Amino acid sequence: MRYLTARKRAEGKGASHTGTEHHWYMTVSAVGLAFLIPTFIFIVGGALGGTREEVLAAFARPFPAILTGLTLYVGMMHFKKGAQMMIEDYWQGTTRKALIMLVIGLSYTITATGLFALAKIAL
Amino acid sequence: MVQLTLPKNSRMITGKTWPKPEGAINLRKFQIYRWNPDDGQNPRLDTYFVDLDDCGPMVLDGLIYIKNKIDPTLTFRRSCREGICGSCAMNIDGINTLACIYGMDEVKGDTVKIYPLPHMPVVKDLIPDLTHFYAQHASIMPWLETKTNRPQKEWKQSIEDRKKLDGLYECVMCASCSTSCPSYWWNGDKYLGPAALLHAYRWIIDSRDEATGERLDDLEDPFKLYRCHTIMNCAKTCPKGLNPAKAIAEIKRMMVNRVV
Repeated sequence: MRYLTARKRAEGKGASHTGTEHHWYMTVSAVGLAFLIPTFIFIVGGALGGTREEVLAAFARPFPAILTGLTLYVGMMHFKKGAQMMIEDYWQGTTRKALIMLVIGLSYTITATGLFALAKIAL
Repeated sequence: MVQLTLPKNSRMITGKTWPKPEGAINLRKFQIYRWNPDDGQNPRLDTYFVDLDDCGPMVLDGLIYIKNKIDPTLTFRRSCREGICGSCAMNIDGINTLACIYGMDEVKGDTVKIYPLPHMPVVKDLIPDLTHFYAQHASIMPWLETKTNRPQKEWKQSIEDRKKLDGLYECVMCASCSTSCPSYWWNGDKYLGPAALLHAYRWIIDSRDEATGERLDDLEDPFKLYRCHTIMNCAKTCPKGLNPAKAIAEIKRMMVNRVV
């Protein structure tokens, strides 16, 4: 037990003066994904059922390739920040920090892998 | 990790069923959370029967009837009995509200179930410990902060500027909103909660206050402000019909306007 005043407990370490950038990014990326995801589904839907060559040809065209890259990048960055917020909600202490590092690492790995595969197909 | 089950010493046990008032015909069943820190027992749910012919229409009237005529050890806060002081906030029929303005006829079902405000330390029976809640309110500087000494007389406010305080100044700090907010349940130590943030916005938006920048600086934090995920329980439960979520959204908008 620590003999702290109620006010000191409430004020804690003060404000970190961060969070607005996070909030603004989530807002902007959510709006962006509202357009990107349906278009992406429409294009991927068109490629479904085709042969391997037809699918590769579909993703080699500039518009589907750029759209797929944008959806992957914006989607994964949105996931990264959203998952971080969820972890901050439900976990505490060292577990919280470890999980945040894990989810950030996972997000960047998936993004890099996806973009590499897309580049191999499109370029 | 967040705790999803109650610790052993917090689990509810079946309590005592108190005898019905003699000769009463028009009865209403009450089930009330009871816990006494001095007896070492787990919390229990006691059952009482209130004679509606000898009692007012509000839930608080029922509680006062029980305390006066059945069980004087029942403990709860109350003061104004008209929704102004915020003392009698409790969880009635699953809703955080003020017992003095919540009618027994509004309760669905036969039984009026009453618990203390959720996810707060309990002092005794229906009394939650609001020390941290009040300290958080104090931390947002709930007063006019000025830097200049002009005008030396009255600091006037236009009708339009005064109107901006409507829907904010009416808050009675009953804690119904904050204790209904899952974000406040999980991170109440850091997250200021809807009530404190509604009050923060009330002072930020006041045309006479000169510390807007400092107030926003003090709130810019992933936990103090941005734990609000627009769940809207606060607006749904507020017994005064206020909308703390809207006030929080306005603070976030002001934060974004500072950087974009």
